[in-house]
Amino acid sequence: MKSKTIPLTELPVNTPATIKNINGGLGFKQRLQVMGIHKGQTIKTICKQPLKGPITINACGCQMTIGRGMAQKIEVETTR
Amino acid sequence: MGNPNVGKSVVFSRLTGANVISSNYPGTTVDFSKGKMRYDGTKSTIIDAPGTYSLEPSNRAEQVAVNILKEADIIINVVDATNLERNLYLTLQLLEQNIPIVIALNIWDETQHLGIHIDIEKLKSLLKIPIIPIVALTGEGIHTLVSQLQNASSPPHIKPTSDEGRWIEIGTLIKQVERVEHRHHTLRNRISDLTIKPGTGLPIALAIIFFTFWIVRLIGENLITYVLDPIFELLYKPLITQFGNTLGSGFLYNFLISQSPGEINFLESLGLLTTGLYVPLTLVLPYIIAFYFMLSVLEDTGYLPRLATLMDNIFHKLGMHGYGVVPVFLGLGCNVPGMLATRSLETRKQRFIAATLLSIAVPCMAQTSLIFAMFSKLKTSLQYPPFFYITIVFTTLIMIYFIVGYLLNKLVKGECPEIFLEMPNYRVPHFKTTLKKTWMRIRWFLKDALPWMFLGVFLINVLYTLGIIEYVASLFQPLMTGIFGLPGETSVVLLSGFLRKDLAVGTLLSFPIGTFSEMQLVIIATLLTIYFPCVATFAVMIKELGIKDMIKAAVIMLTVALFVAISLRLILIGN
Repeated sequence: MKSKTIPLTELPVNTPATIKNINGGLGFKQRLQVMGIHKGQTIKTICKQPLKGPITINACGCQMTIGRGMAQKIEVETTR
Repeated sequence: MGNPNVGKSVVFSRLTGANVISSNYPGTTVDFSKGKMRYDGTKSTIIDAPGTYSLEPSNRAEQVAVNILKEADIIINVVDATNLERNLYLTLQLLEQNIPIVIALNIWDETQHLGIHIDIEKLKSLLKIPIIPIVALTGEGIHTLVSQLQNASSPPHIKPTSDEGRWIEIGTLIKQVERVEHRHHTLRNRISDLTIKPGTGLPIALAIIFFTFWIVRLIGENLITYVLDPIFELLYKPLITQFGNTLGSGFLYNFLISQSPGEINFLESLGLLTTGLYVPLTLVLPYIIAFYFMLSVLEDTGYLPRLATLMDNIFHKLGMHGYGVVPVFLGLGCNVPGMLATRSLETRKQRFIAATLLSIAVPCMAQTSLIFAMFSKLKTSLQYPPFFYITIVFTTLIMIYFIVGYLLNKLVKGECPEIFLEMPNYRVPHFKTTLKKTWMRIRWFLKDALPWMFLGVFLINVLYTLGIIEYVASLFQPLMTGIFGLPGETSVVLLSGFLRKDLAVGTLLSFPIGTFSEMQLVIIATLLTIYFPCVATFAVMIKELGIKDMIKAAVIMLTVALFVAISLRLILIGN
């Protein structure tokens, strides 16, 4: 079993993963946190828009669209 | 209070009987509304707050919500039962405020077929506050909610903690009260995936937009041809003609019925009881009905956030993000709610660009319907079919939206943060709610449009009788002809456009055929959208942007109008 953290942007679609770390300022972290994106949360990507477009994710039981730059700052580890 | 899109406004309507607009996407409510509720002889004021994820606001609508909290004696925390974990974050923050609280666990009916089991008794005993499962759309549980308000309490065992602390607390809570069965992909999920993946999503988006406007035209046109026009022509016309005959000729006849003798022409006569009623009721109303019906369906299914996701890339080039598509959609109905919707954008730059573009390039349905009416009325004297001219107007406006947006993005200082938007589950629109919402918006139009239209027609009559219209026309003649290659009468049309855009097109139509060439009509129709918002939109815009930014926006509008008018003159008329 190998474990390495990758940015959320590189997580393949429909693969569950756990959030290990969120980089960025306090305000940014807080904004993600109140929507349920926080350390230890299970997350998966639903689809990625082309041309560095936003990523739709599923976390905390609901779907959200977040910008690619934001997703870049979220480090995840695949559960399997 | 509660997270965005949990149904706060529906609960509010249920409690107060007041009518507020609710939809299936986050950010429908951007301002608070107050309503009275009477229960057991006591009267109380209920406040509907915009949705927020936390008490640290990230946009203006959330700021409103946080400010309202200071006024509250009791909080009704509306929680989405299908999304308990995320919603509890705000609940914990609210519990820390030491204000008595009741939880309304909304969308309770959906938990069952989503395979979510929540142990309410357990949650109650853990949080020590009343928790009432409700289905706000149907009204289930509302009565219990009201009777439980007196038991609202603020449990002392919940202490303020850090952000991480709250999530740990929620983690323990959820483990004890919620059990989620694993469910396979439902049809809804599959539709959701299809509409959001770019390969299938973009064609579907185009199809939906095309289909929407096709239906709007279909309903609108048929209502005019088969319902309203016959009513006016066959039933109303004999009546009003007779009434006109009893009035005899003179001042009153001119004002109420027609400025010119002979058979009444509802479009051109400029009488209060003829044109003043005919234009808003026959030409505009059918399109308003059709548009708001389709908009309500789109809103209630939950499609708009998906469209926002697909459009995100394009809107980033314009200095906004995907949510910028929402003000445009609302603005196509009326620019006022469109302006208000810009509040859900995070930064000043985004709001400024969204508001300015809205006022420049998004015609409201009142104006659009009259542009349709104008070209179809002139059908026989036109060189090409009406559709040709209408296409020129709208293609120009779409191009302006993108070009001006692109330039503003480069010129306006400030940040444009990335999109961060919740995708609501698809829902089959609740038919009665959708109809009621359509009706509310239609009534709003009637209450708003009829008086203005009357005032406008009245003013134009006064000005016409006093000969001021001709004076203004000749005064601006050199300017209009010199710069734009348009007759002096255009100035009168543009002036009435300050009042209402449909009035302006109505004024345009009242001039004898031949005053304007067909391409001049195209230019004026386009110019009417761009040059300045109507007074209602203008008032909201000042409120939203502030005087300083409003002046900047106005300069941009006039510059764009000047530039577009001259370009169109060169392209379409050629001299």
